[in-house]
Amino acid sequence: MALAEPRFAIATPRSREGLAEVIARQGTGFWVVAALLVVMPLIASPFWLVQILAYAMILGMIALSLMFLAGYGGIVSLIQMTVAAFAAYLVAIFGDSAITQISLKWPWWTAVPVAILLATLFGTLGGALSVRTEGIYTIMITLAIGSAFYYLTLQNYTIFNGFSGFNGVMPPVFLGIDWGGTVPFYYLTLGCAALAYGVVVYVSRAPFGLALQGTRDNPRRMAALGFDVVAHRIAAYAFAAVIAAFAGVLLVWYQRQVSPGTGGVGPVVDMLIIAVVGGLSRPIGPFIGALVYVLLRTFALDLLDWVGFEGKRYQLLIGFGFLVIVLFSPDGLIGIWQRLRERYRKSREAQDAQMRTGGGAP
Amino acid sequence: MSAVPNLERLSTASSGNALELRGVSRLFGALAALSDVTLSVRPGERRAVLGSNGAGKTTLFNCVTGDFSPSSGVIRFFGEDVTAFPPHERIRRGLRRTYQISSLFTGLTVIDNVYLACRGVSRNRFSLRRPRRDDTLQHAAESLVDAVHLTAVKDRLVGELAYGQQRQLEIALALSGAPRFILFDEPAAGLSPTERADLVQILTSLPAHIGYIIIEHDMDVALRVVESVTMMHNGRIFKEGRPDEIESDPEVQELYLGGGHG
Ligand SMILES: Nc1ncnc2c1ncn2[C@@H]1O[C@H](COP(=O)(O)OP(=O)(O)OP(=O)(O)O)[C@@H](O)[C@H]1O
Ligand SMILES: [Mg+2]
Repeated sequence: MALAEPRFAIATPRSREGLAEVIARQGTGFWVVAALLVVMPLIASPFWLVQILAYAMILGMIALSLMFLAGYGGIVSLIQMTVAAFAAYLVAIFGDSAITQISLKWPWWTAVPVAILLATLFGTLGGALSVRTEGIYTIMITLAIGSAFYYLTLQNYTIFNGFSGFNGVMPPVFLGIDWGGTVPFYYLTLGCAALAYGVVVYVSRAPFGLALQGTRDNPRRMAALGFDVVAHRIAAYAFAAVIAAFAGVLLVWYQRQVSPGTGGVGPVVDMLIIAVVGGLSRPIGPFIGALVYVLLRTFALDLLDWVGFEGKRYQLLIGFGFLVIVLFSPDGLIGIWQRLRERYRKSREAQDAQMRTGGGAP
Repeated sequence: MSAVPNLERLSTASSGNALELRGVSRLFGALAALSDVTLSVRPGERRAVLGSNGAGKTTLFNCVTGDFSPSSGVIRFFGEDVTAFPPHERIRRGLRRTYQISSLFTGLTVIDNVYLACRGVSRNRFSLRRPRRDDTLQHAAESLVDAVHLTAVKDRLVGELAYGQQRQLEIALALSGAPRFILFDEPAAGLSPTERADLVQILTSLPAHIGYIIIEHDMDVALRVVESVTMMHNGRIFKEGRPDEIESDPEVQELYLGGGHG
């Protein structure tokens, strides 16, 4: 006890910006959403909890990793969905699935960490390959890596089980809780998504994140300040890959299967759309984009039928929405929201000013 | 293989120059922005590089910092051959520079700009933890901001600053960490008379072991803060000497003081 005390005194963050301070800075909107998400199982049906919200949070995490690279690093990488799909495959391969001749049946607490580690390594290597390119070339090379992975999974039967992939991948039972159950799975996803969100917000203001924004705005000056820009970007790929890998594990537990289509070109591009529609400037953007995407995917059928179009064309609606949002707000839905708030604030201020001058006049 | 460069390194280290250029040339297509420049500067020495527009002064700086690599020639920094080093390796060895056209992070605040500069030459560049408010680097950044008189605007975005303030910030970035040698590229350009006086004060009060090269068109500023002068023209050095020698040199007056700068 006596030994532990002085160490504790040193370790106490005296004036490091603590979690408490960060939390205290959040507005009412943040608290309303947070509270709503926590009590959601009391309000929402299992369908809404899992098929809409949990799924949106999983896609949101993958898009968040894309947003981290694009928003803070200026790196448009399409590799994130592939990293998630790779993690999903590894969980099925190392863990348990219906494909008993391939799955190694490791317990989840070995299979999952190894899957996340290898997927992170894959994302980092992919980053190292594409880091010296810029803009459209980064998009091309990461897309190429993504399609290479797609065809590998499609054609390889010994490890990836080819066209059919793996089914019967079940979430674990742990601490006496079946994490595949509706409410536990919702909270598991919420916990992971909140953690990923919090970590990205925190790191964006830590030296690593600040320097990443520096490499985005002025790489030449960053080098002239002593930063190794290439190494910094590769580290950003690694960081983003960890988030995508976690999301990949959740994804395979959500779908209970993984196949080449999981990491196909469609989902890869969808992830870009989700991030851009939500907004690349703030970490909440990808989650909003993912929610809109999932809602459209789920209800576009009814919506289109109702308007009199053929329901199967929901992709058309998503594409159209994408076009409209990108045309009207380069900063996505977040940008629209911010502008509305700004306008509201200005009109309020104008009103207040008018009232003051009105009241002051004799 | 490895013994030869080591011997070479030892022999040049004993010559004890802060900066040494041997036959450095830089071509842009057919244009020789620098041709066969040989130059040495002692540790702690303060020198001006003067020359008309397009003389190759900025190109000289770019070659020294590694922003551009020279087409030929050797560059040594405190005896070490840095010709093939990337810029950040040179900076980590104590070299600093400012840019003729301010090169700042306009989307970040003043204090964050300087904090980045302090981070860049420290360890833990990849730190995922936010700094404490009593972090030593944070302190260093605050005092640098103070040294260039920007404390009042330290939390403003750099893009919103006045031109003169951006120039001051440019200097603060070059003073971060423990510089051994600094390259100032026209730091006084566009500054008001008071800001110029501040600049001269900052330069003259730098610790004696820190040497620098300053490119400056304003002779009043340049000749007051240096002990030696190098004159450049068309990518070549054509005269070196003490400030008073240069000032009274007829050839210099003909080529430079008389020509087009007024
Ligand atoms: N990146 C570049 N590409 C092509 N030409 C260049 C480049 N940078 C410099 N030059 C050319 O090299 C020559 C020397 O330019 P430099 O910028 O070094 O001159 P300077 O002495 O700094 O001039 P100033 O006083 O105008 O700043 C000029 O003719 C310039 O046009
Ligand atoms: Mg110049």
